[in-house]
Formats: sequence, structure tokens, C-alpha cells
Amino acid sequence: MHELAVAQALVERVDAVIAQHQASTATLIRVRIGPLAGVVPELLATAFPLAAAGSRMEHAQLEFIHAPIQVRCRTCGAETEAAMNRLTCGACGDWHTQILSGDELLLESVELINDTPLDSPLSAHPNV
Amino acid sequence: MCDTCGCNLTPGNQHLAFKPVAKGATAVSVLKGLLAKNDDQAAHNREHFDRRGLLAINLMSSPGSGKTALLEATLVALKNEFTCAVIEGDLETENDAERIRAKGVQAHQIVTGTACHLDAHLVHNALHHMTLDGVDLLFIENVGNLVCPASFDLGQHLNVTLLSVTEGDDKPAKYPVMFRAADAMLLTKTDLLAVLDDFDCDKAEANLRNLANPAPVMRLSARKELDMEAWYAWLREQLAAQRARVAQGQSRRPAIQSDGQTYHSTTVC
Repeated sequence: MHELAVAQALVERVDAVIAQHQASTATLIRVRIGPLAGVVPELLATAFPLAAAGSRMEHAQLEFIHAPIQVRCRTCGAETEAAMNRLTCGACGDWHTQILSGDELLLESVELINDTPLDSPLSAHPNV
Repeated sequence: MCDTCGCNLTPGNQHLAFKPVAKGATAVSVLKGLLAKNDDQAAHNREHFDRRGLLAINLMSSPGSGKTALLEATLVALKNEFTCAVIEGDLETENDAERIRAKGVQAHQIVTGTACHLDAHLVHNALHHMTLDGVDLLFIENVGNLVCPASFDLGQHLNVTLLSVTEGDDKPAKYPVMFRAADAMLLTKTDLLAVLDDFDCDKAEANLRNLANPAPVMRLSARKELDMEAWYAWLREQLAAQRARVAQGQSRRPAIQSDGQTYHSTTVC
């Protein structure tokens, strides 16, 4: 259950984005996750409210973009989908492949609420 | 049914509801690794190691597959060749660090409490309790666990994953994230193969290849000191490679780092 640690890292990252854009809260958090990242989306979704309690993203919706596993064969050059424990080429069966997608753990985007317009004089003073 | 105030929404269908973009709302594309903070700390640790020209190796496996026994044998065998140091990670006790110290080698025990893996910050804190001057090889023995440690970079250069022959040759297929991250796989306790009829070393290796992993597979028994030479030779080779990298101002990240992220760095949501 390392998903709580991942959720805490997510909260820190989103908080940095909120501060950077001088926003008040985050409403939607999109995470791109591949099966080979070793993080289970359902468990991360369970851990997220615990990590986000009392933060500026407490009421944010957490959305996952599931990245399929894709490999490129170094032998025949084909790009095929693969299973988590069988990362071999779908065309020729060779195991000399390279992962194109499926191991991502990315904070893809965040939707923010800005209470103060960015062009207001107050925006010169970052929120603390 | 009321579509204005949203009173027909339940936590179950909330995500399906149309959500107008509120005034003052902005969507920000980030595309950063979720574990960026850990990765930054890991990079910092790696810089420490590279500055000293030492090679850091992260040992991962199930509990009881022989990580500490492997270290005990290795530290004795390489005593006159290299200066080694060990960081031990366990949920509780100093037992493993004491076993290492009994071999006359510097060891620091990280007691994680309930945490199931080491992270870069825990390792960094441990480094503050150690003297790395003159150290050639730093072994980090991760918490015994085939799941969580695979997702956290510690700043090591190489991952070594152990699989004892009492565990089952299909472990690489069952725990692909862990075994995909291995720079070397050690099949340990091979002296027990004689009394086991259900472990096929070739199958274990084939399961590793199915993960597109070209890592060398070494079969050995640390307790009986069987076939240890290939492992020692690999360590010597890797240390030489690390020194060559350092001389050129380069470093190496373990296979744990994801390839896919680089392909998505230009993706726009």
C-alpha cells in the first residue's frame, strides 16, 4: 500500500501548481497512469481524500487517464499492445522491445479556481 | 429531477454530470511525474554517490529470499578488494544492521515503522549517519516486498532483484513491475534445488525475458557459497563501469525509470 505515499506526493505537486498560478483551489486533477507504474488507480483514489484533507484540493475530483501498454519491437520495428507480464512483440514475438507507453505516473493537468483575476493588482502578491 | 442545482447527483454518478467551467477557472497542463519530489531527492543522492565515485546498488526481493545472507557472504569475499557500506531497511529491529556490523562493515539501519518501502528521503537521512569517504560499494537493502519498492527511485545506480528457489519460478510474471526494474536477477538458495521439484531456473529466466528485460541472471547460494564468482565478477565490472562514467561526468539511473514518460513529454491534454 504505497499508494498513500503517492497520494501525498500528488497533493504536494498540485499544491505547488495552485501556488504557482495564484489560484485558491483545484477542482479537477487529471493523472495519467500506466499499469507498469506499479500504482493501482483504485487504491490511489481511496488514499487521495486522506492525503488531501484540509488542503486546497480537498473537494477536487480525481480523474485517471489509463495509458495502455504499448511496445516497439527492436527486431521487426512493429508497435503493438502488450500485456503487463508479457512485454514481447505482438507481431514477431521477440522480447527485445522498448516500452512506448504504460509505465507513466504523470500529473497531466489541473483545473483551478482563481478568486482574483490574474491582472488584478493583488496578483502581484503570491498567496501564502 | 433537477438539473439546475444538481440534487439528482450521487457520489456514484457525480463524475458523469456535466460540469460547466466556472468563472475564474483555468485548466493547467502540468505533465510532471507524480513522484517528482522523490525523484529530485534521488537525483541529489545520486550526485553524492557520483562525486565520491561509489556504486550504489538497491537490493530488492520478497522477505526471506536471502538479501542479508547474500550481503554477508559478499562483504567477506570482497573484504580485501573494496570498502563497502550497507543501508538496511526494515519495518522493525536492528537485526540486519547488526549482522552486517558483525562482518566488520559499516551499516545503518532504517526502521520504517509501517512503511512498506524505502524512499529517497529516508536514504538521504541515512546518509547523514554514515561516512562515505573511501567507500567503493554502497548496498541498500530495501524492505522485503515485491511490490512497493519498485516504484521509488533512491538514487541508486543499479537494481538487483533476488528470487529464491523456494518462491516459485513464475514470480517475474506475477510481479512484473518489480522484475522489469531489475538490472540483474539473482536466483538464490540454489543448494535447495535438489530437494525442490517445482522450481525451474530456465522458466524463471524466460519469465524475466517476457518482460523485455535483458538483465543477466545469476544462480547462486550465498549460504553454501555456490557459484558466487559470477556475482562478484559482475560487481567488479559494474564498479569499473561506474568509475568510467564518473570520469566522464556521467551517471546512470536504474531500469526503474520509466521509458514511457519521455514519449509523453509533448502530449497536450
